[in-house]
This record gives sequence, C-alpha cells and structure tokens, in this order.
Amino acid sequence: MAHTSQFCTFYLDKLLFGVELKGVQEVIRSLDMTKVPLAPGVVSGLMNLRGQIVTAVDLRRRLELEPRAAGVPAMNVVVRSDDGAISLLVDEIGDVVEVEQDTFEPPPETLRGSVRTIILGVHKLDDRLMHVLDIEKACQMTDVAETAAAGR
Amino acid sequence: MSESENDSEIVKDFLVESYENLDRLDRDLVGLEKNPKDKAALAGVFRTIHTIKGTCGFLGFNKLEKVAHVGENLLTRLRDGQLTLNPERTTGLLGMVDAVRQMLKEIQSTGQDGEVDYPELREILTRLQSPVAGDAGITAGADAPPGSPAQADSKPAAKAGNASSSPKGDAIPAPVEAAATKQEEVAAAQPAREAKPRDTPQETIRVGVNVLDKLMTLVGELVLARNQLLQISNTIEDTGLQAVSQRMNLIATELQSEVMKTRMQPIGNIWGQFPRTVRDVALGCGKEVNIEMEGKETELDKTIIEAIKDPLTHLVRNSVDHGIELPKDRVKWGKDPTGRLILRAFHEGGQVNIEISDDGAGLNVERIYQKAIERGLITAEQAARMSEREIFNLIFLPGFSTAEKVTNVSGRGVGMDVVKTNVEKIGGTVDVQSTLGKGTTVRVKIPLTLAIIPALVVTCGGERYAIPQVSLLELVRLEADEVAKGIELVHGAPVHRLRGRLLPLVYLNQELKLTSDADVSAETDRAVNIVVLQADERQFGLVVDHINDTEEIVVKPLRKQLKTVKTFAGSSIMGDGKVALILDVLGLAQRARVVSETRDRALTEKVTESAAATDKQTFLLFSGPGDSRMAIPLSTLARLEEFPVAQVEMSGSQWVTQYRGQILTLIRLEVVLEERRNRLRALQAPPAADSGPIQVLVLHHEGRSFGLVVDRILDIVEDRADVKSAATRASVLYSVVIGDRVTELLDIPAILRSADSSAKQPALATRSAEVAN
Repeated sequence: MAHTSQFCTFYLDKLLFGVELKGVQEVIRSLDMTKVPLAPGVVSGLMNLRGQIVTAVDLRRRLELEPRAAGVPAMNVVVRSDDGAISLLVDEIGDVVEVEQDTFEPPPETLRGSVRTIILGVHKLDDRLMHVLDIEKACQMTDVAETAAAGR
Repeated sequence: MSESENDSEIVKDFLVESYENLDRLDRDLVGLEKNPKDKAALAGVFRTIHTIKGTCGFLGFNKLEKVAHVGENLLTRLRDGQLTLNPERTTGLLGMVDAVRQMLKEIQSTGQDGEVDYPELREILTRLQSPVAGDAGITAGADAPPGSPAQADSKPAAKAGNASSSPKGDAIPAPVEAAATKQEEVAAAQPAREAKPRDTPQETIRVGVNVLDKLMTLVGELVLARNQLLQISNTIEDTGLQAVSQRMNLIATELQSEVMKTRMQPIGNIWGQFPRTVRDVALGCGKEVNIEMEGKETELDKTIIEAIKDPLTHLVRNSVDHGIELPKDRVKWGKDPTGRLILRAFHEGGQVNIEISDDGAGLNVERIYQKAIERGLITAEQAARMSEREIFNLIFLPGFSTAEKVTNVSGRGVGMDVVKTNVEKIGGTVDVQSTLGKGTTVRVKIPLTLAIIPALVVTCGGERYAIPQVSLLELVRLEADEVAKGIELVHGAPVHRLRGRLLPLVYLNQELKLTSDADVSAETDRAVNIVVLQADERQFGLVVDHINDTEEIVVKPLRKQLKTVKTFAGSSIMGDGKVALILDVLGLAQRARVVSETRDRALTEKVTESAAATDKQTFLLFSGPGDSRMAIPLSTLARLEEFPVAQVEMSGSQWVTQYRGQILTLIRLEVVLEERRNRLRALQAPPAADSGPIQVLVLHHEGRSFGLVVDRILDIVEDRADVKSAATRASVLYSVVIGDRVTELLDIPAILRSADSSAKQPALATRSAEVAN
C-alpha cells in the first residue's frame, strides 16, 4: 500500500491549500475578534475559543494575497503549533482529501519571496493543484514582525 | 520495555524526593551547627542521607551511593555523640549535599550518576570522622572500585552493617548498638521511600503543575459560562432556573477561589535555602551572621515565587557581603560581632511586601553619589538636587557598585539592576532605605498573583483595555467645559495641571494608532477621562474614551506572535466572552516617551522634575471646629467615610459606629481641642439627630483604627510645608503654611492619647460598655 496522508483543504482567493489533518484541532465559523493594535499586520486579532485565547493569523496577508473583501466572514482553521493553538483565517473550507506521497512536488524555482518558506510544495490532484502549507512557518511571526518594525 | 519504563518512573520519583530531602538537609545542617545537641534534628539528617543511600544502592547508582555512604558514616558518629558537629564537619557534610545534588542532576539528564565519584570529598569526610572506631566499614566503602550496576545490588549487603539498605533495620553497627535510640529504630523500620519531613506529617499528593494550570483555565471558562447563565436566567421568569443558577453562581465562585489556592505556596519554600546561602557567604568573607525570618507562611502564587527566587537570593547575598561588617569592625562600632539579617514577609493592600534588613554599615550617601558621578551615571548638578532616597536608589542603576573590592559573591555591578528589572517584570517595585552605621532595608513589593489581578477596564476606539490596578493612581474627569482650560500645551505636548503639577498626557488612541474617533479628544466638545498612571516613578495621564469599571481579570499570556508588541502585557477574557488586551503601563510609557527606554535618561528626567518635588509631602486638608484649617499627612489616612448621624452610637460618653464588622471609635476634634474644663460638658452630648451625615477620616495608628470627625474635607495638596511655627494648642504639632494659608498640622498620637484619657475620665459613665479595640 502506497504511503498516503490526509489533508484538510481550504480556499484562499480561489487557490486550494491544504494542511496535514493531524495538525488541525478544529474548524469553526468566525468568532468575535479583538484587534491588537500595533501588532504585525498578519495578526487579525485574538479570539476566545472556549476559554483559550487564540491568535488569529490572516493567511491572505501571510501569503501576500489580495485582502479579503469587507463583510465576508472568514472561516477559522485552528491548528496546533508548538506555542499553543493558532487560528488560520481562510475564505472557505474544502474537503478532507487523501493523497499519495508520489503526487507531491516541491515548489517551482520561480516561486519567490517569503511565500516560498511557507509553501512546502504542491500535491497534483486530478483536477487542480493543492498547495501544502508548513503550519509552523505560517504561524511564525518573527520575520514579518521584524520587517514591520523596521518599516516603522 | 515496560520494566524499563517502570524503572524510569522510580528514578523520577527518587529524584523528586531526593531534591526535596536535600533542600531540607541544607536547612537542618545549618540549624544543627548552631545547636549541635539537637538529637532529633541529627537523627532526621541521618535518616535522609540513609534513605538516599539506600535507594540509590537499589537503583544501581553506586557512585552516588558511595558518597552518601561516607557522609552517613560521619553522621552515625555525630548522632551517637562520639563526635560533635563543628563548622569544619558541617562544611564537609554540606559539600556532600552539593555533590549528591550534582550527581542527581547528572542522573536527571543522562540517567547515569556521572563519571566523578568525588575521591577528595570522601577523603575529607573520612578524615573528619577521627577518632578511629569502626572505620573498617568506611575504608571498605571508600576504597571499593566503581562497580557496575550489576554489582551494586549485592554491595550494600556485603558491606559492614551500617551500609544496609534493607528495611529490616536490624543491621546497626556495633559501636552504635548500645546508643541506639527508639528514633533510629523507627527510622530504620520505615520503608526507605516514605521518609517524610519530621515536622509536617500532612497528607499530600503530588499533582503536576500542568494539571493545576488546566484546572485554572477550566474554572475561568466555568465562570464565563456562569455569567452567561445568570444573564439568561434574569430574562426568563422561572424560579426553578433562577434557584439553580444562583447555586451554580456560588459554587463557581467558591471553586475559583479554591483552585486559586492550589497555586499558592508559602514564601518559606524559597527562604528555606537562605540559611545555607548566608552561612556560605558569611564563612567565605569571614563574617558572622544570624538570619531571622518572619512571615514564612505568607503565601504567593507559584509563578511569582519562582520569579522572585533569584532576586531575593541576590539581595540576601548582597546584604551579607556588603551590608554586614567584619566582626572586628562591628565590635569597634559597639555592635554585637554577629550581624543580623532579617527577612520579613507580609501582606499589605493586596500586595506582598518582602523586606530584607541587615544591621550592617548602611549605605553611604556620599560614596554612592561620588561613584555615580565617577561612573557618569548622573551629573554633579543632578546629584546636588537629589534627595537621600533617590541617591540610595541609584544603586539599582546598571553598572553600579560601591564595593571596594570585587568578591566572587557580589560587587561586579551587575546585580542590583537585574534585581530591579526582574522584580518589575512581575509588576513589583524595589525600594531601599538605609541609615549610615545602622543598617539597610530593601523592600520588595510584589503582587499576590499574576494569574488573577484587579484591573481597571477602559474603552478606547471601540475596544476594551484592562489597566492593572497596581499602576493606577487616580482618575480625573474633565467635563466638556473644563477641557479647554484643563489641557494646556507645552510646545505642542498636552499637559494637565494636577494639583499644581504638570501631568504629561498620553492619548491612548494615538499611541495605539486607533483610527476610530481620533482627534476628537484634541477638540474640546467632549468630556475627557484621564487615567493617572505611574510608570517607573514617573506619572502620566492616559486619555481614554470611557472608563468602565474595575474587575478581577484572569491574565493569559500573549503568544509569541505578539511578543514583539511591548504595549501589552497579556490578554484576558471579559464577562461577555470577548477578549480584551491588558496594557503594559511601562511599555506604553516608553512608547509614548514618558519614560525613556534606558534608565539613565529616565533618571535625568526624574531629577529635573524632582528638584521641585524634593521633600514635598501630601496632606489632606479639612476644616475643623470653628472653621479652622487643619491638615494631616495623607500617609496616615486609611479611608474617607461618611456616616449618617443615625449610625452613630454612644459607648459611654464616646461616639462609636459599626464599621466593617468592627466598632470604630469616633474622635471629635472639638472635644479633643476644647479646653479641658469644657470637655466634660461637650462629651455627654450625642450627635444632634437632625444634622447631616458626618465626615470621618479613618486613620490607622499603631495597629488600631479610629475615626476622626471633621466638619468638611477640603482638598489633597502636595506642599513642602517648610514654613512652620510652634503650635498654639495641644494636639497640634505645629502650624504650617500649606497652599499659602496657615494650617494646623494635627498631632495624631497626641490626639489618640487625649481621646483615651477623656474616654476614661467620666468614671461614672458605664465603663463596661467602653470599647477597647
């Protein structure tokens, strides 16, 4: 039996992304968000997830995509990182897909910038490509924060 | 596999237990040195070492066992009274404790007891147990080559009887047999791993800290759910539901306080090691120091206990190394050659105070300030304007040390500023007071807990923010028509005159770059709320949109993504389930440049400002009988209260009232200040029933509370009050000029004495009813 793994998929600006299912704690609709002034732009705010305060990271900003249109509620993919739960804000939730290891390919050399560090590669699905995200890297704020601080 | 897992569990238990035992050993040994005749303590020490030795023989840590073994031999002789404990032997035994601790660390990280088997230490310990009797066993133990774990099992049995780890306890070495006391039998009969602290035979279980943290989170969640339930039950007319939600309310509150308690630890837990620290440092620099502790049982949250451990250790070392003089110098100054170091801990106003006092040489103002100038920390001009207290606090500047010689303990100038930084990190303050030749007291004030703190909740730009109450001084509200007058500009920087002093204003919405209704505050058509805050000894006013309420909030740390944002200290969940950020007052002040980032500059600013503030005192002004203007220092005041006349009762001829579950004696100024001959007449009268509520200043003096009835409270002012003239009547200290008017400063002790005597004077009055609180 070929080595397969399961991915939780979601859409951002019509692109399909996936994170490994075992790193996902839960998927929830949008919660009340408390903005954090002066925080790096990718941090949308803080949410109360059953008594746990969870930082929400706007993946669109993290991946340098167009900002989400106003009034469109985001979905939360709550992932477990080594620093507790983090919520990734996405547009829409897709299916859970099971992929085999051999459909994977690293990102093309032409993919540049900070995005390259977050996208591990793509799985070639039948009808489209699924971008595989590195959860730890996506939640890491240091480089972004530094640039934000330098720009001040 | 399961067997080795089992093993590692046992090893873990062994480590936890042994660390605790070793900490106790340190304490006990130092105690023993002072009182070498304490048989019970010696037996306890012996038992602890015996337990460690026995267990490690069983677990195959034979190097560790060997070290413990020599120590045990020495202890056997001490316990049997063949030898007495002298400093040399104590040092040897403490050395052994250190060696054992080192090996335990090794076991913790590698699973083995390391390569070293401390031959020198064992030799010293062996030598310390001259006269000879029964050293066959020792030499056997000491000379035995480091064996493999396989050998270890057989070893204790093979050795002379006193090495036995078997719980039977029948193998007591020959010389000891005669002297064997009941205690030892009990000790030996006890299964090795059940050795408990002698003094606290309490029933406890070990619970992981993570479990407690989880409990705390869950309780927080429960409290939120309860709040929501209460809200719903109020809208639904259902007595059953309301009864249940009320009960739930009570249970949740109680549960919360109990769970909080599980995280509290007595400060004695970290003080326990100080006798050892003091002894080592004192011995190292040839001093004699006695350590005294008061308030060991004062409880603090676990996280705080951990955070203050190092700063306190440093302060203690510092006191011994720098504070207390050499015995010969002490004698020269007419002091007891043995120095005293006193640790005190007590609760006060929701905070814990920890004082470290010594009766040493004290701080030399001259030297501190010369040193500070020499090191370029302040300029001579600044120094000239500083108060004594400010000069003392210079020792907390980075790079400051007045010790003439650098010792290996302290004097490298890296200490006190780290102490200050660490204490401030947990929301505490450090202050130093000293009298030259008499001693120094360092006072550390820290919050009780970091987990739940009282905070003021404010709104700005539509979001709520919590401000820790410890930084809060007062709230000032400028009504819309006062704003134009109340806020002035110093070259564009807004300030407010607060009791005659300029208070720099910081607009929260501007600092946080909140877009909402910005710039409205700069205009003048709205009332302005100013939260007066204290950051690093500097005051500033924070302008916010609304002031909501004070609340007890559960502090949750920020994740690393937000660690770079210095303006916030954490986050918390509010009653409605939304998250609010907790402002870091110091961070905010730094951001707003109210205090500069480096302390040097903060000091410069402070100095210029304090030139005017030096020796200023804060007074409460009020009008007394005959419309006279009077004052008391604000520091003596506990509260201001207003009581309706109906609440005033008579106890004998004394006015009293019930206040917070106690009987509060009310002292009427007109009675105290009245000429003696008129006093009796005035005394008998109860208050006129139709008069308005009475204004009472609740004061604390020497542990008792009493109320001072005044006509009208006027103001709180800060003044130098340096124009004085002698008092014209009793109970008045002197007349001073405060705020350009002559004011009588009351002599509180005199008033109390006078009130006491007048209460007793009319002996015919019902004495039994007299209040003696």
